[in-house]
Amino acid sequence: MGRVNYYDSAAVGTPMVSEMKEIFQYRDLLSLLIANSLKTRYKRSVLGVFWTLLNPILTMTVLSIAFSTLFRFAIKDYPIYLLTGLIFWNFFANATMGGMKSTIVGGGLVKRIYLPRSIFSMSAIGSELMNMALSLIPLTLLILVFGHPITPAVLFLPIAVLITCLFTLGISLLISTIGIFFNDWVHIYQVLVMAWFYLTPIFYPEEIIPPHLSYILHWNPLRYPLGLFRDPIFLGRVPNSETILISLVVALISFLVGWWLFARKAKEFAYLV
Amino acid sequence: MPTLFNPPIASAFEPAIQIENLSVRYRVPMERIPSLKEYTIRRLKRNLAFQDFWALHEVTFQVAHGEFFGIIGPNGAGKSTLLKVIARVLHPTTGRVRVRGRVCPLLELGAGFDPELTGRENILLNGTILGFTRRDLESRQNRIIEFAGLRDFIDAPLRTYSSGMIARLGFAIVTDQNPDILIIDEILSVGDAEFQEKSTKRMSEFLNSGSTIILVSHRLEDIQRFCQRVIWLQRGRLEAEGDPDSVIQKYKDRVSGKHPS
Repeated sequence: MGRVNYYDSAAVGTPMVSEMKEIFQYRDLLSLLIANSLKTRYKRSVLGVFWTLLNPILTMTVLSIAFSTLFRFAIKDYPIYLLTGLIFWNFFANATMGGMKSTIVGGGLVKRIYLPRSIFSMSAIGSELMNMALSLIPLTLLILVFGHPITPAVLFLPIAVLITCLFTLGISLLISTIGIFFNDWVHIYQVLVMAWFYLTPIFYPEEIIPPHLSYILHWNPLRYPLGLFRDPIFLGRVPNSETILISLVVALISFLVGWWLFARKAKEFAYLV
Repeated sequence: MPTLFNPPIASAFEPAIQIENLSVRYRVPMERIPSLKEYTIRRLKRNLAFQDFWALHEVTFQVAHGEFFGIIGPNGAGKSTLLKVIARVLHPTTGRVRVRGRVCPLLELGAGFDPELTGRENILLNGTILGFTRRDLESRQNRIIEFAGLRDFIDAPLRTYSSGMIARLGFAIVTDQNPDILIIDEILSVGDAEFQEKSTKRMSEFLNSGSTIILVSHRLEDIQRFCQRVIWLQRGRLEAEGDPDSVIQKYKDRVSGKHPS
């Protein structure tokens, strides 16, 4: 059967729940959107999927050379530390930015036909997730080259990724809602995301932040899911329970706030975009 | 005229479409406020000026199951807005809309079509946008391709299609399954004479199988020929409702200036 068979504009119920139900109904469209975005991304480049594998390695090499000679961080196996951080960051930054842009572009479609609007943010998460999975290949190679120990702690990664997805989806829906209402928000977010990159210990160790500035670290919600992702790979241990708990709380807050705001405002989108 | 011989869903005794006190407002800012900074400043100064445009104003009517229902009115009367509300694209500003049955909007053929993808891939894309599942579409795709008459081209990218071929494909996808409610904005003239005949035949099959049809048209002869009941919208208000002959007569009188408003 196709679309819902009973529509009541005054239906009582939480928009949050009904939006979720509809995403489930349109799940085939979701997977199609993800597949298509991956296809169009790699079809045109000569090296195809190979680029995704090469890209993080190249970025990592450049940054490694730059930072290890410039700052001389006292980190053993610094390239692995850096690459895990970059993989995490790329996922977050590309998924939120991509989700917002395709929500705005997809607005043209939403003006013509009914669709659950959050599908664009969801599909951005999905396709970035695939990219993240691909970039684990060069990471594994790097780990082998450096002879870095791999422990069973990596089995924790799926949970770390799940929590990260929850957090990212919340932010993506939040910034998409703002982006629909204000044209200049895309540019503002671009700057914010850059600042956020430097404020998060992606390429530097947490220790270099002087104690009187440590609040920057503590109040940065991204730092916790980052630890969740990095610790099992780089330190070879399951993150401590405090990091897990804070990550979970931060992710849930982000998801609930983002989803609630988006679902509440979604019915106005067709008037605006 | 077959009306309720084949009730499409169990609740056939309730109207297919129920519209109560429907109003739709477009908020047009007096001046464009494009930036967040501007907005914040004005918000703080309580200086946000809007011009409200009511595209629909307190409209109430019902459409029964299996009815062929017409909507007439001049440009800007709110006809397309009304169809968009029924198709769930626009949410009512006030009032309530209830729709019972699967809606097939013949408003936008081929929504989401991607020129880089093949015809076959676009059937899946457009079909899932319409809310069908992938499995369902894959089982019906040969029938769709056959009806569109595109068997030889279906694995070529859509950008190589003529506009007529694209419209035929869009029409074939959206009408492949009997809808409970069909929404038509102007009778379509898709494709060549042969395809037009095919599509007209398909529409009358829908009517015979109990589908509700809503037709918006400026061609009054079409309305008179097909519709069982008609409403006339004028500046977002319901001006008249009833059998086609009398409503169209009133409308024509107004247009020719016998009863100036």
